[in-house]
Amino acid sequence: MDQMAAIRETFFQECDEQLTTLEAGLITMEEGDTSSDTVNAVFRAVHSIKGGAGAFKLNELVGFAHVFETALDKVRSGTLAPDADLLKLMLKSVDVLSDLVSASREGGEVSPDIGASVIEEFNDLLGSGAKHDDVDEFADIDFQPLIIDFGDPTPLAEPEKPEGNQFEIKFRPFRGMFDKANEPIMLFRELQRLGTVAINCNTANIPTFAELDVNESYLDWTINFTTEFNRQIVAEVFEFVEGDCELAITDLAAPIASSNEIDIEALMQRVRSQSPAPAPIPAPVVAEPAEIEALPVKPVAVSVEAKTSTKASAPVPATIRVDLERVDRLINLVGELVINQAMLTQRVFRSGNVTNSHVATSLEELEHLTRDLQESVMAIRAQPVRPLFQRMSRIIREVADATGKEVRLKTEGEATEIDKTVIELLADPLTHMIRNGVDHGLETPEERVAAGKPAEGVIRLSAAHRSGRVVIEVSDDGAGINRPKVLESAKRKGLVAPDAALTDAEIDNLLFLPGFSTAATVSNISGRSVGMDVVKRSIQALGGRITISSKPKAGSTFSMSLPLTLAVLDGIVVAIDDQTFVIPLTAIVETLQPSPENIHPLGDGAFVMRVRDSFVPLIDVGAEIGIRPRSSKPPNGVAILVETENRSRNALLVDAILDQRQVVIKSLETNYGRTEGVAAATILGDGRVAMILDVDTLVSNKRHEPAQFEEALAKTS
Amino acid sequence: MNKIKTDEKNKKQELVAFRIGTQEFCVDIMSVREIRGWTPATAIPHSPKFVRGVINLRGAVLPVVDLAARLGLPVVEPTARHVIIVSQVGEKIAGILVDAVSDILSLDPNFIQPTPDVASQVARSFVRGVIDLEGRMISIITLDTILPAMDREAA
Repeated sequence: MDQMAAIRETFFQECDEQLTTLEAGLITMEEGDTSSDTVNAVFRAVHSIKGGAGAFKLNELVGFAHVFETALDKVRSGTLAPDADLLKLMLKSVDVLSDLVSASREGGEVSPDIGASVIEEFNDLLGSGAKHDDVDEFADIDFQPLIIDFGDPTPLAEPEKPEGNQFEIKFRPFRGMFDKANEPIMLFRELQRLGTVAINCNTANIPTFAELDVNESYLDWTINFTTEFNRQIVAEVFEFVEGDCELAITDLAAPIASSNEIDIEALMQRVRSQSPAPAPIPAPVVAEPAEIEALPVKPVAVSVEAKTSTKASAPVPATIRVDLERVDRLINLVGELVINQAMLTQRVFRSGNVTNSHVATSLEELEHLTRDLQESVMAIRAQPVRPLFQRMSRIIREVADATGKEVRLKTEGEATEIDKTVIELLADPLTHMIRNGVDHGLETPEERVAAGKPAEGVIRLSAAHRSGRVVIEVSDDGAGINRPKVLESAKRKGLVAPDAALTDAEIDNLLFLPGFSTAATVSNISGRSVGMDVVKRSIQALGGRITISSKPKAGSTFSMSLPLTLAVLDGIVVAIDDQTFVIPLTAIVETLQPSPENIHPLGDGAFVMRVRDSFVPLIDVGAEIGIRPRSSKPPNGVAILVETENRSRNALLVDAILDQRQVVIKSLETNYGRTEGVAAATILGDGRVAMILDVDTLVSNKRHEPAQFEEALAKTS
Repeated sequence: MNKIKTDEKNKKQELVAFRIGTQEFCVDIMSVREIRGWTPATAIPHSPKFVRGVINLRGAVLPVVDLAARLGLPVVEPTARHVIIVSQVGEKIAGILVDAVSDILSLDPNFIQPTPDVASQVARSFVRGVIDLEGRMISIITLDTILPAMDREAA
């Protein structure tokens, strides 16, 4: 059943959103805001998960959510105080809940003891009996079905023990409905197919025979309907008679709000629990009028500012779910449009006689439009970093538990948006840095108190836009980098010369060296095979840079500067022989016009260049990538000073710099494969493909003997 | 799907025939996406000689394989008269540079003869069979291994 699978998937997507809301709400509560709005948002999130899970018969999930919900209900009604211990337990419950959700999503058997210890803690808090009392909260709803025989050969089934959603449907067709050849019995049969119906026909309005108009509609029905489907599916049954009848679908399953609450809350909650599950793609716009709080933008959803306000007084952003592939296709197409526009402009100007200002103006306008279009399309892929940051709070809880440290996560700028791919690829390095921060950065509570700091350590995670890039910082208020220890360790491992005298910044950067780990004992938290060098490499693979700063006794800060998107890149266009290449701007420090007396030969065929008072290796890019032979005399051209991973500086020699521009990144791997020295390809204004050079491999490969390259060639043919 | 199956039953296979120098070759028409004229390609660093480079096909970056070089035949510098056959090669799409497209053949697979046991290793690895057509000999080329094996090179 494809549709069912789609609905199920929607449920899990919503679960993710609910979990995010839930966690955000609990953290707000932890910070001291226990207003009823916050508590209710938290309660609703758990309740929605429970409701949906019930529809899909995910019993483990329902069971756990129920206990959680019961506790939250007590907080809501004021019988349980949301103190620090309780909130800690609840945050732990969120982790359990999200484990349960992902276990259910993967369809595997859910081990019932996942949440057992947490349930026990809840039971201790709430008193016994919280676990199984009224899980099936519809069991005691009393109704007396009256079955009418419509002459259907298959008699309507007796209502079974209610299960899933229960609705009371009041249905009164107008005369016009029959004019359109709609039959109530068809609708009832459709309902019967979806669940258990008990239909009660009201014949009170039928006039005497003399007054009876055969074309008039006199009957109305009350249907008690039990189904595993949600309200939207039920409503769809009546889709074709909409407007031609009086129809009221009431959800009997929604729990009655506790008495000390105002009505609107109960309503809200009911709307929430019934909020239509967005249909599978392509879906109509699904407004979510119940969500007054600004929920985080959905992971794979496109956020569109609603122009008109919905029922709620505050404007609610309307969102649609769109297949990511469609968005990517759009981005590709716009990329091509940009290239085409550039080609057009170039050709028009080359053809001469564009002194005619009309053509020039139109072309300029076109350029503006395509650029705007490109920016808007890119914005679709942009997602706030909030979900990523919230994932980190779980990591912190886990590491804090494992290390016995007290840690609080403070986040800033969660609304900052970055490309979805960047966010995804950022998760691993960020996790590692957070673990490092807690494990190595922060001291134990005793040490902290002894140092005159609060026992609870703080990890700050912040994101901000800064000049076209996103800067993400992870900082701790721990002891700072223990520089003597780092230096000693590096010397012991032979990473630096035993007699080297390094500056503080240089010592800090030793952390990024491969094979470096300061922890005296390798812990299973952060001392695993991945080190900061891996973090650095992942950040650089994203076109980003990472820097470190540290103050003894005050803590350390890791700062990452990332591009907003992976789809375009700023680079300079250079010429080598008759070919053009692009060098990413991120790697470039400066460009120089070397004078011959600053270039010195060093050994066989290698050259160094004097840059102010130091010498850097000079790499002839043309020879390096094999488009021209190595020359034995100092080459001419422009030198581009680049900085690589290990902060080593190199000068790349090219014939000329043609342009600096933004280029659309095209994969070379799709149709060809990975190529050494080349990061990707792009299409320039003349429609030709140009290679984007991978500065890091270019520089690290400079020592390769040409013979090796020939060998590699021979292997492939 | 069904159509292809019946075609197979009716024993008709359609092939695109092309020329390189004096030799004639053909590929299954189902793998051919389009045929276009030669446009200068951008060289790929460190690529084997038979890879002419990459071209821009409506926004996609497409490698072009010089089939003459791939088969070990005499290589000539391509001109505007040369033709690129854009074909599906496994998961990838590649352009195959040939001298000219000569024909579209529709023939009974029974006409396909096994590749004669010649010494050329290259011929044996790319030629799937030969066709005797009115005195001409046309070799059926398999494109599966036409691109360089990137995985091996990376390793």
